[in-house]
Amino acid sequence: MTHQEIIIAGFGGQGILSAGRILAYAGMLEGKNVSWLPSYGPEMRGGTANCHVIISDEPVGSPILNSATALIVMNGPSLEKFESFVVPGGLILTDSSLVTKSPARKDIDVCEIPATKMASDMGNLTYANIILIGKLIAKTGVTTIQNFTEALKKVLPEKKHYLIPEEIQALEAGMNY
Amino acid sequence: MGEKLLMKGNEVIAEAALRAGCRYYFGYPITPQTEIAHYMAKMMPKVNGTFIQAESEVAAINMVYGAASAGARVMTSSSSPGISLKQEGISYASCAELPAVIVNIVRCGPGLGGILPSQGDYFQAVKGGGHGDYKLVVLAPYSVQELYELTVEAFNIADRYRVLAMIMGDGTLGQMMEAVEFRDKEETPDFKKDWALTGTGMNREHNVVTSIYIKPEELEAHNIKLQKKYEQIALNETRVEVYNCDDADIIVAAYGSVARIVKNVIKMAQKEGIKVGLIRPITLWPFPSKAFEKYAQVPKAFLTVELSAGQMVEDVRLAVNGKNNVHFYGRMGGMLPTQKEILDRIKQILK
Repeated sequence: MTHQEIIIAGFGGQGILSAGRILAYAGMLEGKNVSWLPSYGPEMRGGTANCHVIISDEPVGSPILNSATALIVMNGPSLEKFESFVVPGGLILTDSSLVTKSPARKDIDVCEIPATKMASDMGNLTYANIILIGKLIAKTGVTTIQNFTEALKKVLPEKKHYLIPEEIQALEAGMNY
Repeated sequence: MGEKLLMKGNEVIAEAALRAGCRYYFGYPITPQTEIAHYMAKMMPKVNGTFIQAESEVAAINMVYGAASAGARVMTSSSSPGISLKQEGISYASCAELPAVIVNIVRCGPGLGGILPSQGDYFQAVKGGGHGDYKLVVLAPYSVQELYELTVEAFNIADRYRVLAMIMGDGTLGQMMEAVEFRDKEETPDFKKDWALTGTGMNREHNVVTSIYIKPEELEAHNIKLQKKYEQIALNETRVEVYNCDDADIIVAAYGSVARIVKNVIKMAQKEGIKVGLIRPITLWPFPSKAFEKYAQVPKAFLTVELSAGQMVEDVRLAVNGKNNVHFYGRMGGMLPTQKEILDRIKQILK
């Protein structure tokens, strides 16, 4: 049974909200119940962004997460803020190019991926979020490459569709890291 | 039904309005509902409609008055402080029996307050924020799919009874994305608006849309007519979801996004052997008192959970009418109750 409660957090401009949105769309195409909730409150004024994504076989109750089965963080402050949200046995994925500290907890699965460095090597920094989502998909099985591709087609404006093959390369790089 | 889409609550309200035939939108931006105006600004020109970013909320509601007088389907949207500014226009349009839809994506007050979710405008919406004896039909969706269904329904109710209908949500509903399925085509009943100010063509007596009645006999007669109409609405348009209430140990009353949190609590409680029911008013006015009457003596107690200091709880108490204890739990200022907090409160009450 699938029930993933995912928090994605980092700076504004890192594609935090759109990564969550594509993931939620892919989950929906998978036939799951999904919700996506962005931060829009005062914390945005500090330049940080986060979103809550639920992908579940069951109807989604509250879209607001008080705990998470998986956490993706793309900056240091977000790790500090959300590390305690992760349930025992849960998953933390960090972009280790930007998050220099490692999670302190020992009761969770931790993957530290130099996503920004990998994206930069691919020639496009904006793929760092997709690389991390790739690892999340590999770890949790919440969706497939096929449905993620379909979701990209739905979420990206048509003039950006030429980027999809590269986005999928980034996704696969994350999955295989 | 068509394809499942993942859309933001605010955008779904705007899309639903367009599908219901709304061709006039007047508003002034305010967080957390500005996406409604964005969407309207983008889409209205494509359907030969009119989008105006008014110079103020007061101007916007009076533009609504104008368009509704001419028989158009028209909407405005705002958030709490902006809705306060519209109250004079709301009272005038209610007296003039103008059909229109008003969206309030509530934020925290009082005053300029904050932009996070709140339900502190319940009294304003349900008891009348403006002056005089009038009622709004207040619909409180709790999912993105319901934002669609109830926005369409709001236009139909408004036209059917010549009243203002309000969609009341909060930032959680407005900002969240969830799956939504639109019908291929909306079936809009044919509302003959023979009262509207469309020009006589010199072929008929002119119509009058007014909110002034100088003679007391006339004004009392008009008030009695309005009250009869509200009675009809209460009879025909009350909506409620009753969930898990038979044999419940406790029944929680909650609406909108809070009801979603409560549904999670119900599952948590089940694991601990506590049976929690939910009565979720979908229309806040007319209030579904009958559902509370029916279950008044079933549980050991009632608990109302709101994002306020306790507003709907008064209507729950009136409906339960002393037959059971009605407790209250609320958070304010944009703070949200966690599932655990609510469950702890339930256990404390049942102890």
